[in-house]
Amino acid sequence: MHPVRKQRLILVSLMVVLSSAAIGLVAFALRDNINLFYPPADVVAGKAPTDRSIRLGGMVVEGSIERSETDLDTTFWVTDYEASVLVRYSGILPDLFAEGEGVVAEGTLDETGMLVATQVLAKHDENYMPPEVAAALDGKTAPQGRPVLP
Amino acid sequence: MWTFIHKLGSPPWFFRFSGTLVRWLLPITVILLLVGSIWGLLVAPPDFRQGNSYRIIYIHVPAAVVALAGYYVMAFAGAVSLIWRIKMADVTMRAAAPVGAVLTAIALVTGAIWGKPTWGTWWVWDARITSMLILLFLYLGVVALFEAYENKTAAARACAVLSLVGMVNIPIIYKSVDWWYSLHQPASIKFTGESAIDSSMLYPLLLMIVAFYCLFVVTLLLNMRAELVWSYRESGWLRQLVGDS
Repeated sequence: MHPVRKQRLILVSLMVVLSSAAIGLVAFALRDNINLFYPPADVVAGKAPTDRSIRLGGMVVEGSIERSETDLDTTFWVTDYEASVLVRYSGILPDLFAEGEGVVAEGTLDETGMLVATQVLAKHDENYMPPEVAAALDGKTAPQGRPVLP
Repeated sequence: MWTFIHKLGSPPWFFRFSGTLVRWLLPITVILLLVGSIWGLLVAPPDFRQGNSYRIIYIHVPAAVVALAGYYVMAFAGAVSLIWRIKMADVTMRAAAPVGAVLTAIALVTGAIWGKPTWGTWWVWDARITSMLILLFLYLGVVALFEAYENKTAAARACAVLSLVGMVNIPIIYKSVDWWYSLHQPASIKFTGESAIDSSMLYPLLLMIVAFYCLFVVTLLLNMRAELVWSYRESGWLRQLVGDS
């Protein structure tokens, strides 16, 4: 290779490596801010701020959803299988909100450690399958008491 | 092999070669898109939880995959342009940017449309979605930077530096769902081990990804040809070639 081109090749490689390193270090330093939500274990351990709005993410505990008879109030427990946080939400829940499914709730923690949510988002997992396949699998991944959408 | 690469650098040779390639690839792309769409939208079964709304995957995932791959094409052309100063590399880089921008925009818009019924929101500032938005700005930045210069050689050099520096974003987008807690789910198609998507839904998806790759190549070539026609509008070889066909 021509020496001038070789020099340019080294320069280009250096540019890519150094800019990657710089951005990688920034992303590493800001990793807590890049995370969209706190897992329940961090919230219970007191790592999440209580003076401002936070997002909590995890699985809705099976059998924990309690709906009010008179209004839209719903309470449920969110877990990461290490710790659980109680969430109260008043509003319309997304289609895919269900027990045993992923959820991200945004709101503030009250003094009892309950999250008073202003927004609840369903976190879909990466599994895609036809209803028949889901029904044939064991109860772990099959929909439970949930009608299949038309 | 080396002669082929050298020939690619010659505008008249490339113009003729790309003409033949497009003539073959364009009908193949249309057939693949048609078969993939019909298979994905009508034949593939509905999802056990999402019903039919998951079918947007057949546009969303191929657009996103090719948007990422297209960036490597642009950045590689940028590196070739910086090191070897080949005019065709500048043309490739310039032609890839708008195509990539459109694909990224398609991925973002279809994602938002899917997110509203599935997650309950159009937009959330999670790592995957935000890094994808940065990709859109990088593509648009290259387009804008090229237009900002009078001197096209200087423009190509600036764009090459921008695309090479932005290249770090591609692995970030790809791994964002694994590195950070995000609302976006991890990848369903796995290169190693069993995919998390049933094969009856996976095959049309893979077909659509291939179709989008072909679509990218066809659009890129047509863009490059348009660029060549404009740059060499005064030269004899172009008049001769266009006159011939």
